[in-house]
This record gives sequence, C-alpha cells and structure tokens, in this order.
Amino acid sequence: MPTTPAAAPTTAWAAPAPTIGVSTPTPRSPRGGPEGKTSYPVQLVQPDGRRVLDREHAALVADVGPDRLRRLYEDMVVVRRIDVEATALQRQGQLGLWPPLLGQEAAQIGSAHALHTDDYVFCSYREAGVAYCRGADPAQLTRLWRGAAHSCWDPAEINMTNPAIVVGAQGLHATGYAYAAHLDGAEIAVITYFGDGATSQGDIAEALGFAAAWSAPVVFFCQNNQWAISAPVRVQSATPLVRRAYGYGIPGVQVDGNDALAVLAVTRQAVERARAGGGPSYIEAITYRMGPHTTADDPTRYRAAAETEMWARRDPIDRMQRLLRREGLWDSDFEDRVRDRSDEVGARLRTATIEMPDPEPMDLFEHVYTTAHPLIDSERRQYAAYLEGAPQCLPTPPIPQAPSTRHPQ
Amino acid sequence: MPTHPADSASSIDSPSPVTTTTTFAGALNAGLRRAMEDDPKVVLMGEDIGRLGGVFRVTDTLQKDFGNNRVIDTPLAESGIVGTAFGMALRGYRPVCEIQFDGFVYPAFDQIVSQVAKIHYRTQGKVRAPITIRIPFGGGIGSVEHHSESPEAYFAHTAGLRVVSPSTPHDAYLMIRQAISLDDPVIFFEPKRRYWDKAEVDFAALDQDPYPLDTARICRAGEHATVVAYGGMVRTALTAAEIAAEEGHSLEVIDLRSLSPIDFDTIEASVRRTGRLIVAHEAPVFAGLGAEIAARITERCFYQLEAPVLRVGGFDIPYPPAKLERHHLPDPDRILDAVDRTLAA
Repeated sequence: MPTTPAAAPTTAWAAPAPTIGVSTPTPRSPRGGPEGKTSYPVQLVQPDGRRVLDREHAALVADVGPDRLRRLYEDMVVVRRIDVEATALQRQGQLGLWPPLLGQEAAQIGSAHALHTDDYVFCSYREAGVAYCRGADPAQLTRLWRGAAHSCWDPAEINMTNPAIVVGAQGLHATGYAYAAHLDGAEIAVITYFGDGATSQGDIAEALGFAAAWSAPVVFFCQNNQWAISAPVRVQSATPLVRRAYGYGIPGVQVDGNDALAVLAVTRQAVERARAGGGPSYIEAITYRMGPHTTADDPTRYRAAAETEMWARRDPIDRMQRLLRREGLWDSDFEDRVRDRSDEVGARLRTATIEMPDPEPMDLFEHVYTTAHPLIDSERRQYAAYLEGAPQCLPTPPIPQAPSTRHPQ
Repeated sequence: MPTHPADSASSIDSPSPVTTTTTFAGALNAGLRRAMEDDPKVVLMGEDIGRLGGVFRVTDTLQKDFGNNRVIDTPLAESGIVGTAFGMALRGYRPVCEIQFDGFVYPAFDQIVSQVAKIHYRTQGKVRAPITIRIPFGGGIGSVEHHSESPEAYFAHTAGLRVVSPSTPHDAYLMIRQAISLDDPVIFFEPKRRYWDKAEVDFAALDQDPYPLDTARICRAGEHATVVAYGGMVRTALTAAEIAAEEGHSLEVIDLRSLSPIDFDTIEASVRRTGRLIVAHEAPVFAGLGAEIAARITERCFYQLEAPVLRVGGFDIPYPPAKLERHHLPDPDRILDAVDRTLAA
C-alpha cells in the first residue's frame, strides 16, 4: 500500500541509467527507482484535502484554478453516478454485465483532463470515466454491456476506442497508432489504459518494446487497482509495476491514483513529452478497485473488508471535496449544480438503456466483411427464409454456368 | 514457362506482350513494389524484411527504394507486428505484415483472430482493418520444425478474414496487389517451395485484366475427375494430371486461389461434368479445407457424384522431420492413387 508522505522528492520520474556499465545490486525498496533510491508516488493533495509541497509537480498544474478544480470534482461525481446507475441497471436485469470503476475516478478523470481533442485513447474495458470526459454520450455507454452491440460509440467521434475485452491487446494498437501519427508528423499523444493484471500479458511487454524502439508518442497508463479479479498485484509482479518500464528504457512514474490533481500533473508531463517527440512514458497510478471486478464477481471471497475500508478513507471524491472546502471553493450553488448534472446524466443513461431497441436478427450478418461475401450472403438469405417459415430443403443452386471463356476447354 | 494454360492464352491475346522472366518471389516483390508506388499508405512490416530483404528475399531492395519508414524492420515479436499494424491501420495505413514462417504465426493468433478479424463487425462497419498478413507456408524445403506447416484452416475458420494462396508467379503478382487494395484483412499464404518457380509474366496485361481474387481457376480442363488444390499442391496436381493423361484418364485441375471465401460455384460446375472430386492439400486431412469442400459439394452435387469425395493430404501428425516429409506431403502418386479409387467406384 502506498504511504502518503507530506512531501515528495523533487524528481519522481525515474529513468534507466543512460550508459551500460558495471551495475551494483540495487537495494530492494518497494517503490525504488532503477538507481535504487527510494521515491514516493507523486501526490499533490493529501486525503485530508491539504496540498502537498511538491514544487516540481505543482508547477505542472499551476494553471488549474478554481473553475478547473471544480470541474475535476464535478466530472468525478458525474462518473461515479454513471457507474452507480449502470451497476443498478445490471442488478435490475437491464444490463448483462458492468465493470464498475468505483474508486478509480481520480485516475481516469485526472488523466483524461490532460488530453487534447486530437489525442487518441486506447482503453481497456473499465474506462467509462475517460469516455465521458472524451465526450461520449452517456446514452451510449451501456450499449455493449446490454448486449445490443459489441461497441458503444463511434471511435472517430471522440478519438477513443471502444471497451477492449482481451486484456492488454490495446497496448500494441496504441503503439502502432502512435507510430503512424509520428510518421504523419502529427504532434499528438496517444494514451493506453490497462490494469495491473495486464502487465503480465505479453502484448503489454511487446508494446513497451516496440514503443521504445520506435520512440513512439504513447503513454502507458497503468491503473494499478491492486486486484485482477481475485489475484492481488503481488501475483503479477515481484517488483513495483513501474519498474517494467525501466528495462525498456522508458521513463516511468508512480502517482497517487486517488489524487486527481497529481494524476493530471504527471499525465500532462507524459503527453507533452510524447507530443514533443520525447517518446513513450509509463505511469503507474496507484488506486483501488472499491467494487467487484464486474457485476458477476464477489470480492468478499478473496479480500478482507478492512482493506476496502482503509481505501475508502482515501476516496478520490472526498479528497477533492475537502480541498475545495479548505480553499473556499465550495458553496451550495456549486453543490446544486453538480447534483443537477449528475441527475441529468444518470437519467439519460438509465432511460436510454431501458429504451434501447434490440438489434434486428438480420443484423447478425452485417459488417462481417467490408465487401460482399458469398457464404455470409447465402446464410443471410437462408436464415431470413427460415424466419419467414419457408420450408427448408437442400440447397438448390442455380444451373451452373459454363466456365469463363478465360479457361480453355 | 507459364504453368497455367489460361495464362498463356491471355498472353497471346495481348497486342504487344512484354513479358519478363520472373520467379514467384520476384513476382511478389514486383507486386509489393507496385502497391507501394500506387498508395503511399502501404507500409511493409516484419522481421528482417528491410536490410536483408526477407529470409526469402521477397522484399529485396524495397527498403532501399522506399525508406525505412515504409519498409519497417520490426522487433522480433509476431503479436507486436500484427498488433501495431492494427494500430497503424486505425490511422489510415495499409500495413502488409510478413510472418517469417508459418509456424511463427501463433504468437500473433490472438491479434489476428480477436482484433484484426473482428474490428469491422465490432464497430458495425465504422472501423476497417485493411491489413495483409503474408505467411510463407507448407513444406518441401527440408527445413526444421515450425518451418513447414499449413495452418490455413485456423484462419479460414475465422469470420472476418479472407484467406488466399497463389500458386504461380502470375497470381503472386496479381493477388498480392488485390489483397493489399482490399479493405478486408487478408491472410496471404505463399507456398514457399514454389518461391523459385519461374514464369514469363506480362505485368501490364495482369494489371489491365485482373482475374477476380475470390474466383477459382480451372488450370487444366478434363472430363473424368476433378482435382481441387491450392498453393504448392497445384503443381503437384498438374503433374498427376499429366501422368493420368498418359494412362488415359482426363483430370480437371482447379486452383482454388481463395480459401475463404471458397468459389464453390466453379467446383460444383466442374463436378457436375466429371462426377468425381478429389481435394488435395498439404495440411492434415482432419477438419481441413478438404472436409469443408467435400461437405458442400456433396450437398450441392449429391445426385451427380459417381463416387464419394476423396481427400488427399498430410497425415494427422505434427509436421515430421525433413527426412520423412516426402512420405507426409502428397505427391503425384498419392493423388493418382485417389484417382484410381474414385474411378473404380
């Protein structure tokens, strides 16, 4: 579990030693950089709402004034409402499944606020919060989870891929997209989200290798929420996950993932590095999955209530509210505004989900290929006839044509 | 010498044929070069394809001429090659990936089957993955394990992929260009033991009159039985047909060319004339493409078939050591044995 010191060292980003030489064994420290020095996760706001004295990272968010702080808070509250609403809809039989993001709001909203519109997001399946910040219509967020489609939104509209179910595959997609953007001369950043479990996947390892070799403008954003379904993070790795980056020559940083301001700061640093041609970065956001892995999971079977209670005291939304109150940015008008916005988004999601039409049976056969395909076309025809009650019989193909005159007979 | 009578016929029809003697590998190289000239978004990705020109030299000189941003020597990781190609495709590129050998494609299997094949369906047509994955396949070159496999059935079984295999230099040139220009992902199987086959190829004529990618080609007309083959086995089937002709049996040989979709209409029309069908491939017979062809043609031609559809293929064993592969790979004799059995029925 991360400690939360009042002050952090000035340089949190650790990078591999620039030259290869005789290495001395590095002392094992829970969050040590590659040189063995102890570093702590970047933190700008403590759980009690007090600012942390960290000039380097505070400077990255020096422009974040009252309005932006309130906006971070509002987005976190709205996203929590989306999550609560969707979880309830699953319990009510309106969704087949939902992967709750409860507790990870700061990691998602803080990082999403660092992105530009033309940046591109490659997510896993738990980033409904990022999708909301990218401008996804709340009415679309449940489409996949209701079983109405395999996707939620048009990726081109919000520059963000749809929920990716195969764990870790998206890291390579992000790297390829980033490299292509680099070839185009586009000054954009690409960010890919994945969890602690995904760090064990070969695709994430390969993505780190390709990104480093190509100096691709991609940010690897690991939400270490401590659990991959029932497997604690120690099952995935004997070292801090951020260290995975160092071996590839990629700078990495740990950040308090429940501190939206700190997440915003380090993500800004990483995306600016990417846009400026500085290559890939790795962020390990230390957070906690307060809910189950998905609505099909029962975390009481594998983790202690005391652990969850401890993390509840580090709640990202409470923390931001305490900061706003301490700094005199909280008033009833703001409170009302946030509540109204949450109600509005929650109602839109709920209504849209319940009223979402089922797809038509013939949609089965659409978009398998971009072009006509004889097998799909014939199955479409046959199944349509079957549904209309046409008698089934053995295929009666048309009288065969003579082979084309191309063929000498 | 052109392998296909059809090809020599079309060459004669051309007003001023300008033919070039080229190998199968050389024809692929010419096709790749032409595709890269035509579309600046075409990029080649793979292991050792740049400076070396590929272990079979299929991409020889292309990096020198197009630069290392378009002919990319990737790290040695197949899932990485296909996964990053997928990301590049999302940004409008048309990647052509080379998997060095058939037996090395499996690390990329998830990216191919779960991502490349499904993205168009997943996004209801909003996202396309125009990726060509070139795989040298099949045996007959005396190589070590994992260098002689025929994994085409895995991919033909996956919706969303097109699977093709040229058998001649003509088709190598034509089909690689068609595969790259197609918006569907294409698994492009190259019969590696035919890389050194030579032919007189008229590239301009092929450009002018491209034979459709998903249409089979009757490469030898015959009356007594139909033999369907693809990739490296086509030449074997043609040799068998020559021998059979000396014995008085007239075999019709069909080069399948596209393994998904399969041009069943051409096979059906042939079988309606011959009444007998043999499918030959290097891959193990069990649950192979021959099984699918046998089932479909039996459905379509049950009353025209004079004998059960026969399959000639590799045994249902892992690919054997090189000293045993001549027993495993169907040769003209094994095809002729099936011919004898179908004619005796």
